[in-house]
Amino acid sequence: MFICVHLWFQVSFMIRIANGQGFWGDWLEAPVRLVDGGPIDYLTLDYLAEVTMSILQKQRQQDPELGYARDFPPLIGRIAHKLRDRHIKVIANAGGVNPVACARAVLKAAPGLKIAVVLGDDVLPRIDEFLAKGYEMRNIDTGEPISTIREHILSANAYIGAFPLAEALATGADVVISGRCADAALVLAPMIHRFGWGPDDYDKLAAGIVAGHIIECGAQCSGGNCQVDWQNIPDLANIGYPIVEAEPDGSFAVTKHPGTGGRIDAHGVKEQLLYEIGDPRQYMTPDCVADFTTIQLADTGPDRVRGHGVRGGPRPAMLKASISYHAGWKASGTLVYSWPDALAKARVADRITRQRLDQLGLRFDEIHTEYFGVNACHGPAAHPVADPTEVQVRIGVRGRDKRAVDRFTREMIPLVLTGPPGGTGYGEGRPEVRQIVAYWPALIPREEIQTRVEVVA
Amino acid sequence: MKLPLSRIAHTRSGDKGDIANIGVIAWLPQYYPILLREVTPERVKAFFGEMVEGRVDRFELPSLYALNLMLHHGLGGGGTVSLRTDAQGKTLGAALLALEIEVYERELTD
Repeated sequence: MFICVHLWFQVSFMIRIANGQGFWGDWLEAPVRLVDGGPIDYLTLDYLAEVTMSILQKQRQQDPELGYARDFPPLIGRIAHKLRDRHIKVIANAGGVNPVACARAVLKAAPGLKIAVVLGDDVLPRIDEFLAKGYEMRNIDTGEPISTIREHILSANAYIGAFPLAEALATGADVVISGRCADAALVLAPMIHRFGWGPDDYDKLAAGIVAGHIIECGAQCSGGNCQVDWQNIPDLANIGYPIVEAEPDGSFAVTKHPGTGGRIDAHGVKEQLLYEIGDPRQYMTPDCVADFTTIQLADTGPDRVRGHGVRGGPRPAMLKASISYHAGWKASGTLVYSWPDALAKARVADRITRQRLDQLGLRFDEIHTEYFGVNACHGPAAHPVADPTEVQVRIGVRGRDKRAVDRFTREMIPLVLTGPPGGTGYGEGRPEVRQIVAYWPALIPREEIQTRVEVVA
Repeated sequence: MKLPLSRIAHTRSGDKGDIANIGVIAWLPQYYPILLREVTPERVKAFFGEMVEGRVDRFELPSLYALNLMLHHGLGGGGTVSLRTDAQGKTLGAALLALEIEVYERELTD
């Protein structure tokens, strides 16, 4: 009798999954407000952009105790007592290339929490082994084989899916820390864990992925970066980050805490659904292929959108890997010219700069110039501007030769005294030379990746 | 009559490598056939001129009354490689709102 009741509770409960961070650098207050602003069961946080891993690999090379997102332990320290009191579990890919060190740092900041780490995504030490096995790891976008950039590779990680994260939740951990995983997997994992979904439940897995895609960019589905009547979106300063209320049958609602700013409606959610996707019928993830054309969306109340009807297909045979590599150096500098003849002055400044670089015999892979106030954002699609009151000219260069890029950085400020009249906006000083860390998406056979879960105490 | 796309749709743009994607969402279900007729890959490619060096693909999401456009080599190399300020195409959705489309009076009756 008790077992029946227990099972009924387990499969009948709706669970609330909140996403408190869309990227590393997102609003610091968001996760705290999610914890404080109402009931949630899970708090997910995304720390890994495409090339973040290369920065973290460098950190770990210099210090074996680094290589994870350093903002994460202090955040957990700040909210640990609330997590415990309110029974909230945290799932984050803050582990980077060193999830164990991350877990240890979290324990220092919040002793007494139970942490589970998910390992197995880092394949940097295995690149040569893969090449020897004949895996070409061609760039998914360009088709080039990875051998062309082999000696420049800085990091390599497979995108793991939600099942290893669910396994980590099953240990009873308060905080689950992974390395690279599919962003939406952070949101799908609690659904798998609580509802008992299996690898063949394609439609439900796809629904979880779609729900995850909707909230994985945080407030971008709750009124942020939203074209829908944007001037009347209430209280953006206190925008509410999104919460998915997930049901065992794969349907879900997207909502936010009462009293928060922003707005959730079907039009805004559609904008986020279409964000950064390719063929919508085949949204590939490590756990399933989701068909975004099957979702039915409806406004079901203020700041509440319901989604259902999602269909999906089996997981792909190959896993996507995110590989980063050194691709040269770049720098860009800006100057501002005011009316009259703002654009003409800006164009002359550009011409002089290019001529001086050429006279020095410096060669670059690309020199690119933009005119803000005229057509920098929209290019040929820009509305014509008759007589701008000011124009900012921005010149950027990139190339393999660091010294050439460095020499360029000394060429813009002299224009103030040696070029067109009234140049300003040089106050931030000489531009920085930055390393270009480029992204190489590739495929590897999924059987090459074995994940494992470790509890850190 | 000629109208800007903004009259019948809103947009959101993003990036996948050197591909810019633009979602185009009809304000009302009855505007979706106008999107299908007017927002063609050829017109979108012509609209952006030299900013988009590759082809434009269009995908349809009828249940959402929306299109997804993929603008290949549309970001100057994309991500960290591109020298553009808008290397991730955040403003391209807004740009497309100005696309001129042909709409018939009867199509606008709500």
